Amino acid sequence: MSDCLIKGNEAIAFGALDAGCRCYFGYPITPQNEIPEVLSALLPEAGGSFVQAESEVASINMVLGAGSCGIPAMTSSSSCGISLMQEGLSYMSGSHIPGVIVNMSRGGPGLGDIGPSQGDYFQAVKGGGHGDHRSLVLAPATAQECYDMMFRAFELAFKYRNPVMVLGDAIVGQIKEPVLRRPPADAPGAAGLEERAADWRLEGYGRRGPDATPRLLKSVYLAEGALAARNRLLQEKYEAMKAETSVACTDVDDADLVVVAFGSIGRIAGSAVRLLRAEGCKVGLLRPVTLFPFPEAALQQLAKQGKRFLVIEQNLGQMIEDVRLAVRGIADAAWHGVMPGLFIGADALLDPIRDALREI
Amino acid sequence: MTMTEDLLAPRPDEELVFDANPVQADRITHYCPGCHHGIAHRLVTEVLHEMGVAPQTILVASVGCATFTYDYMLVDSVEAPHGRASAVATGVKRARPDRIVYAYQGDGDMGSIGLAEALHAANRGERITVIFVNNTVYGMTGGQMAPTTLLGQKTTTTPKGRNMATEGAPLRMSELMAQLDGVIYAERCALNTVRNIRAAKKAIRKAFEVQRAGLGYSFVELLSGCPTNWHMDPVAANERIGKDMIPVFPLGVYKDATGGRPDGAAKEADHE
Repeated sequence: MSDCLIKGNEAIAFGALDAGCRCYFGYPITPQNEIPEVLSALLPEAGGSFVQAESEVASINMVLGAGSCGIPAMTSSSSCGISLMQEGLSYMSGSHIPGVIVNMSRGGPGLGDIGPSQGDYFQAVKGGGHGDHRSLVLAPATAQECYDMMFRAFELAFKYRNPVMVLGDAIVGQIKEPVLRRPPADAPGAAGLEERAADWRLEGYGRRGPDATPRLLKSVYLAEGALAARNRLLQEKYEAMKAETSVACTDVDDADLVVVAFGSIGRIAGSAVRLLRAEGCKVGLLRPVTLFPFPEAALQQLAKQGKRFLVIEQNLGQMIEDVRLAVRGIADAAWHGVMPGLFIGADALLDPIRDALREI
Repeated sequence: MTMTEDLLAPRPDEELVFDANPVQADRITHYCPGCHHGIAHRLVTEVLHEMGVAPQTILVASVGCATFTYDYMLVDSVEAPHGRASAVATGVKRARPDRIVYAYQGDGDMGSIGLAEALHAANRGERITVIFVNNTVYGMTGGQMAPTTLLGQKTTTTPKGRNMATEGAPLRMSELMAQLDGVIYAERCALNTVRNIRAAKKAIRKAFEVQRAGLGYSFVELLSGCPTNWHMDPVAANERIGKDMIPVFPLGVYKDATGGRPDGAAKEADHE
């Protein structure tokens, strides 16, 4: 596998392909169109299936159908399109059906713009769909992470039989940078993922021997107590997902102030932290890599060491609620918002971080 | 072996000429007395059994009275959200192109909330079969107006009868399907008489044969009775199908692009 100079969106497509994705269903929307464009050419060559669906509603339900067969399947879209998929995501969680959903989010609400935004944080991590539905949420900050995260996304989808969302934005989707196209040595690939579905996938019962009985994947439980039992099972699953929590930390050990930021803003905040370190400021960065599960324990540990927090995010205040919940009773967290749709540089974050340092 | 089975088993001097269809579950359905879903289920499962394809088949269930169809049809099954069965079936078939995949959808599910998914799956020529049950009402939710409700028909949301000026006219799915190049076979049948039921079984067989041959999309519409929400006894409901529904939804083959390849279809003359 060679090094390549590609966009984050293209890295998503190559990562999906190398991770074993065999079905893609999607509907055009900016700023993620390179994902279906690359896969429309490469997936059929790899023996998979590509469908440009009639809508995002159809896309997610096609993912549900392919996922019910235990075949690695995905869709991609951006904010408005992801809103249309929420019902399907809820059904997938309720029916224990795996699938990967990429959201290269754009400015909102409504039609918004096609610039970067983190305004879909609540929708991604709080369920979005109806009922107690959760998706595992991964947040890439670089084109390389876009590639690498697709392996993790498919593995987690099949491990938990649940939708996994990769939540990027217009910056990480459109940025073009060097990417090492190297699958992890232990990646299961399409055959390995499909094997993990052997106990539940739909395939026609004849495939399972002469005495096999039909299988059923569903989310409706009308009998008294049946839905309660189902939700308890889901609750246990969401609890077990906490084992997957991951963060990327820089310069936090001796820091007085820890900046908490994810995705592209996390990367830009990392540049600001480096510049301020050069000035002698004791500042560090905690970048959540999983947004659900949220890195509560890591934040609590830092809070107990007496550190203070500044949340920087490109929305009107969403992740700040989860950070404050994580450190409640131990520390407080300040907040700095970047308006959705704007492209900012590290210089725009220097003063907000200096101000927060002064307030300590 | 239970006492009942023992009593029903043929003696050495008897010849078994009719038996339960093993693809249909041996259980009482939740359907109302006189409902035609039971007949439709039997026809579909008999066809799957006679073709020998049930072990290679995946059913996509829809939402409405037919939500629990997977309790009665003994094949691998997945539940689709309301209206999305044709999209889910697309995903299943793309994932498992060598299996028989069918969706079973009602008129509200397919003709209203799922019209886009239904028409686009058909237009793409997905190698799936869709059984479309048209009984002119939303049954499960208590008899509201469906896209196929007849003009003048009273429902819980058209208390004075469906009015062309405010609710539009009934949607004719078989005619819509016939316009699409991806559709290889489309036929409308009725379940109100023995002769029409026999024709419906031939149509369902043809539709699955079209899929087995990999020719493209196949579609069978079944005009069905809903005595409960029509506020009629089952006999009157059957009469209504012949008197009021068939004139609006004429029976027959609307599209046959098989070039005579898979056999078993009803001829025009088979319907009453």
